Amino acid sequence: MTRKHLTLPTDDPIWLKLLLGTLAVGFVGLMLILPLALVFQEALSDGLSSAWIAITTPNALAAIHLSLIAAAIAVPLNTIFGISTAWAVAKFDFPGKAILVSLIDLPFSVSPVIAGLAYVLIFGMRGWLGPTLAGFDIQILFALPGIVLATMFVTFPFVARELIPLMTDQGRDEEEAAVSLGASGLMTFVRVTLPNIKWGLLYGVLLCNARALGEFGAVSILSGHIQGRTNTMPLHISLLYENYDFVGAFAVAALLALLALVTLILKSLLEWRYADALAAIHRH
Amino acid sequence: MSLIVDSIIKRFGRFAALNGVSFTAPQGAFLSLLGPSGSGKTTLLRVLGGLDYANSGSVRFADLNWLDMPARSRNTGFVFQHYALFRHMTVAENIAFGLKVRPRRQRPGRADIRARVDQLLQLVQLSGMEGRYPSQLSGGQRQRVALARALAIEPRMLLLDEPFGALDAKVRKELRADLRRIHDHTGVTTIFVTHDQEEAFAVADLVAVMKDGRIEQYGTPGNVQHEPRKGFVQEFLAR
Repeated sequence: MTRKHLTLPTDDPIWLKLLLGTLAVGFVGLMLILPLALVFQEALSDGLSSAWIAITTPNALAAIHLSLIAAAIAVPLNTIFGISTAWAVAKFDFPGKAILVSLIDLPFSVSPVIAGLAYVLIFGMRGWLGPTLAGFDIQILFALPGIVLATMFVTFPFVARELIPLMTDQGRDEEEAAVSLGASGLMTFVRVTLPNIKWGLLYGVLLCNARALGEFGAVSILSGHIQGRTNTMPLHISLLYENYDFVGAFAVAALLALLALVTLILKSLLEWRYADALAAIHRH
Repeated sequence: MSLIVDSIIKRFGRFAALNGVSFTAPQGAFLSLLGPSGSGKTTLLRVLGGLDYANSGSVRFADLNWLDMPARSRNTGFVFQHYALFRHMTVAENIAFGLKVRPRRQRPGRADIRARVDQLLQLVQLSGMEGRYPSQLSGGQRQRVALARALAIEPRMLLLDEPFGALDAKVRKELRADLRRIHDHTGVTTIFVTHDQEEAFAVADLVAVMKDGRIEQYGTPGNVQHEPRKGFVQEFLAR
């Protein structure tokens, strides 16, 4: 006796699955993986040693150093701002909340170049604060503070955007329970809020970090492009490229890509390692 | 030493959720707040627990100006409709939370906390479940954990907000009986919010029927059931 194969109402026909699957894999392969692989191939086209030399020149090392420092300042600050913003939006009602939520996305919608120019208007020698700060011998433009500011502007939404839906979804019940059980505000945050958001937070921080290392537009305006002093990795890459040093450009680019890949792998590893804990939290 | 609630008013914007609520109850009472949704019973409970502020009015309890104290010092056990268990903690860690967050000097030792957790697990009939996570428990079991967690701090007052509202009828009845047994065992002043009159009358010593932010009738279950005040209470009980 043969029985007709029953299909679920949500089960799509096989041809559609194949088509969509091929499309997704093909797109990712062609548009994301292939170019990235070519970067590595180009970097190593003259052998490993010339690539190594290219990323260990003093200017390249200075650029790597500067990028890492800028990220090391901007990412923690944006993590704090992101958590505060998400907390305020998710757990409290206040006038202007809807506007705040849309404003968080501003760095996504405004070109980074515009952000860079805006900071020039504020901190430039003819800007609002520039002359005053110069009086105190504080330099923002063409120096580390400017680069950090630009990086922070661009990466602001990542942590907050990741946390707002998560914290809104979790509501206030657990915090209220903690407080009624005698926990202080800080203890409630450390023992209840933070553990509940740690995965989203980690993801947001990793994205924020990857974006911070890669930022070009806004930093380009504010850095002044002083080789060995205010050039970040992306700026250094673009400079080498414009000077026809292709192996050098691609070697540093490959290193930058590698840093991004490491964060991605780190995230996958953590997700895999803590899959049980994650599942337990989400099933709740 | 009794609970004296006097003229509590609580507004959300222009809407008065509590419109002058007054009643007294002896210490150790088991009181039900009964009423339709929107009658203010949950708001009253949250004001007593310190999770919401009253705009005016006063509460005296255990010879304290209750409303002047912050929520964390009131030592109330609050049980929520949707459990509000800490999802990243095991059953044992959930129950121990209120003891572990105490200032060092008042914090019991590790062995004492363990013993207390074991004792509470027994009381709520969940022995052997201490290592589970909330997501691995049924609704009824979760609410038992929440009850044990609230009792762990030896609360001055136990506040329950529709605690069995999300459970099926059979589990509700079991838990209701258990709650009564636990109350008689611990003697803690208990306030229980529900919209289910059968539940309110079955479990409590005193019932306050609420409507539109006021108490319409207040008395023993027998009293309210047999002599319902004309108008709203009569209609509500006839449903």
